[in-house]
Amino acid sequence: MSAVLLEARGIGKRFGGVQALKDVSLTIKSGEIYGLIGPNGAGKTTLFNVFTGLYPRDDGEVLFGGSPLHLESPHEVAAAGIARTFQNIRLFGNMTARENVMVGRHVRTRAGVVGAMLRTRAERTEETAIRRRADELLHYVGIADRADDLARHLSYGDQRRLEIARALATEPKLLALDEPAAGMNATETAGLRDLIEGLRRDGLTVLLIEHDVKLVLGLCDRVAVLDYGQKIAEDVPEAVRANPKVIEAYLGTSAH
Amino acid sequence: MDILLQQIINGLTTGSVYAVVALGYTMVYGVIQLINFAHGEVVMIGAMVAFSIITSLAGSGMPPLAIVLAGVMAAIPACMAIGYLLERAAYRPLRHAPRLAPLITAIGMSIILQHAALLIWGRNPLAFPQIIENPSFSIGSAAISAVQITIILLSLLMMAGLSWFVYRTRFGIAIRATAENVHVASLMGINANRVIAATFVIGAGLGAVAGVMYGSYYGIAHYTMGFTLGLKAFSAAVLGGIGNIAGAMLGGLLLGLVEALGTGYIGDFSDLCRWPGASEGMGWMGERCADGAHFVVFGSNYQDVFAFLMLILVLVFRPSGLLGERVSERA
Amino acid sequence: MGMLKDMGHREKIGLALIAVALMALPFVLASAGTAWVRIMNFAVLFVLLSLGLNIVVGFAGLLDLGYVAFYAVGAYVYALLASPHFGLHLPFWVILPIGAAVACVAGVILGAPTLRLRGDYLAIVTLGFGEIVRIFMNNLSNPINITNGPKGINRIDSFQIGPVNFAGSDTLAGLVFSGPIKYYYFLMLVLLAVIVINRRLQDSRIGRAWVAIREDEVAAKASGINTRNIKLLAFAMGASFGGIAGGMFAAMQTFVSPESFVLNESIMILAMVVLGGMGNIWGVIAGAVLLSFVPELLRYTVEPVQMALFGKMLVDPEVLRMLVFGLALVLTMRFRPAGLWPETRHRRELSENRA
Repeated sequence: MSAVLLEARGIGKRFGGVQALKDVSLTIKSGEIYGLIGPNGAGKTTLFNVFTGLYPRDDGEVLFGGSPLHLESPHEVAAAGIARTFQNIRLFGNMTARENVMVGRHVRTRAGVVGAMLRTRAERTEETAIRRRADELLHYVGIADRADDLARHLSYGDQRRLEIARALATEPKLLALDEPAAGMNATETAGLRDLIEGLRRDGLTVLLIEHDVKLVLGLCDRVAVLDYGQKIAEDVPEAVRANPKVIEAYLGTSAH
Repeated sequence: MDILLQQIINGLTTGSVYAVVALGYTMVYGVIQLINFAHGEVVMIGAMVAFSIITSLAGSGMPPLAIVLAGVMAAIPACMAIGYLLERAAYRPLRHAPRLAPLITAIGMSIILQHAALLIWGRNPLAFPQIIENPSFSIGSAAISAVQITIILLSLLMMAGLSWFVYRTRFGIAIRATAENVHVASLMGINANRVIAATFVIGAGLGAVAGVMYGSYYGIAHYTMGFTLGLKAFSAAVLGGIGNIAGAMLGGLLLGLVEALGTGYIGDFSDLCRWPGASEGMGWMGERCADGAHFVVFGSNYQDVFAFLMLILVLVFRPSGLLGERVSERA
Repeated sequence: MGMLKDMGHREKIGLALIAVALMALPFVLASAGTAWVRIMNFAVLFVLLSLGLNIVVGFAGLLDLGYVAFYAVGAYVYALLASPHFGLHLPFWVILPIGAAVACVAGVILGAPTLRLRGDYLAIVTLGFGEIVRIFMNNLSNPINITNGPKGINRIDSFQIGPVNFAGSDTLAGLVFSGPIKYYYFLMLVLLAVIVINRRLQDSRIGRAWVAIREDEVAAKASGINTRNIKLLAFAMGASFGGIAGGMFAAMQTFVSPESFVLNESIMILAMVVLGGMGNIWGVIAGAVLLSFVPELLRYTVEPVQMALFGKMLVDPEVLRMLVFGLALVLTMRFRPAGLWPETRHRRELSENRA
């Protein structure tokens, strides 16, 4: 529980003249649920996109599992063991739920064009394994019965679950969830909470960005708070809740 | 060097035509990020309509200048109507479709326009009637014709007019607001549909003039002329920075110059006999060179390649163009 | 073959009947005139091309408007290696793979620098590439005569398998196998292979990656797909198919010139893919067959009708053909964006809704 999985040092990111992130450092330990909260525009999703290779960073470095993480391209980040979901769900709409998860296995499998054309034994074995793993994951997130439905036909809550299943298929060490509860009703949020707790029980490390402060404080082992692109707090939920800086940041901006 | 000056004059003339066509691409792209593939065909139709009017009035005794003006005045509304129809019937219904859909529709429309023109005006190149005297003036040992002067000045004037319209009028502000963000513009009470239709119509009107320019400069109009002209103008728009009015102008002029100079000089440069090392090493060829023969690898028949090569190079190394913002990430 | 296993008894019988019909078809067509067999052969050739382009456009969602360039590369490779032009006469089974490889390299050369561009830019760059290839074919006759310029290359060798030459007729068991009929059977074999390969690719790790990129490139990247390489692979595969089709075109035609590889051909192939149903192999095949016969249909209907009504030809069938292709593109996008025969996934979901 104590080993550091991800360590960010002095991350900075500018968009034109706007300093979206400034000198953000944080450490995520193996096996914990680490929350990232902050008012709108605080830089949560930007930091997230830097971690997952979607944006190049301007300053700082990220150590993952003790070695520097190449943040040049998202697929390398996925290969290194960070998987993510998107705030505005991004599924492959015209593929079935099962196929969506099977795509997630891409980075851990290797069959190429020639193998596929000749249907070699290795390719068939691998396909079977991919399919089996996809079905297991669909079962794990609780949407096994929707395996053959097109992703775009799933309900909102099921789409969230499917996205998580696809991310899990890449065998991540760190699962990064970008506002997974956004737009969910109370029942769906409760289900999601159970799912995330299950992930922790199974030993996965989770980075959670969330707007729903109650969910974050109730679920996370530790929480970092961003405001105007800077980290203003990082601690256990109770301490963060009592931190005057955090209260000010939320009261100061939530008045709008 | 007189040839150099002459090539520059010719390049600026064709470049001006490219620039005006490029304005049409850039306007539409700037607002809805669509490559209006059919724009080249609209330009062609402009040339064709003007051709029909000018030929039919040629014997009527009207003053030649009035006849040409009549041709232009007929071409502009005809092209505007086509531009409007294109937007309304082909693109608007697909505004929320996946990206490929309007692109494929645009290709379809361009094929339809091209072959409709073939039905109306026939398969053969039409000789554009030269009813106005076209005196040449000499600059040093190079010459510039009245038509060339007109084309260059007129295109500058049109760009200035368009800039004024976009930056100084209320409707221009609406266009720029829509280009920034369609949704926000709609929330501010701007009728985005009207703005988008207007960019098509304005672009088509400019294209009509460009078509007439092209016809009078080269003395020819043909139903396939829109394809290459459109592709080159699009390259010009990308070179300058697509979505940027000044960029379209700059890109057009540069492309015209590159083409003219490239065609004029690359033949000499790629003549293997110019390069003693190359020709001597090649036995019989060296002997032929010594007899005054030429082995030109890239002659003027490669003219069209320059535009496309430049397009590819620009897109690869500087997709934002010379004056533009980065577009490759704006998905 | 995997797909046979999934089929019921009835489907197997249906498939067998179709196979027999396809075997007998050339003789039926031949009785109406050898020209019909040739028309059929070109239809099959276009099916091959459409299936190749389908990998690029249908699976991976990359709009390639210069596809005909790869067809041209394949055709010229064949022409140069099996004609008196250079005095080379290699056998076809050597040349076709070479043609596929050269086209594949051309695809990579075009794709490597351009595939990171957005979709519509890619479309216009491929369009420019197609034109560049054509311009080069037109002009590479000077100073060294490689392509013979606009005149094209003549007297290209026909296929030869052992003693059997595809240029002439052979009689076997009382049946006359004319050249076109032999090509027909060969084309059918290639088609079968291409269909099997396409289906296998579609249901493979790579095929899923293609579709994922088509659906959402950012999500595909985040899911660990090296989108650049996978797109390049689609380009290279599509180009190879084009190269093979080009080689067969050269042999069947015994003549190639730049005129056969104009933009309109690219548009036509695209129309076949789009109309049939991007991404759906059977839809693409149906679209290609349908549009291949449009010119013949027009020739046999529009011409006599016009002659009867007006006593002369007002509208050239060739022009009408292009108008039909243009309209097909526009109307399909407007009313049936998934094509006449959409991907099976869509159909599956339609039948679900009915149940």
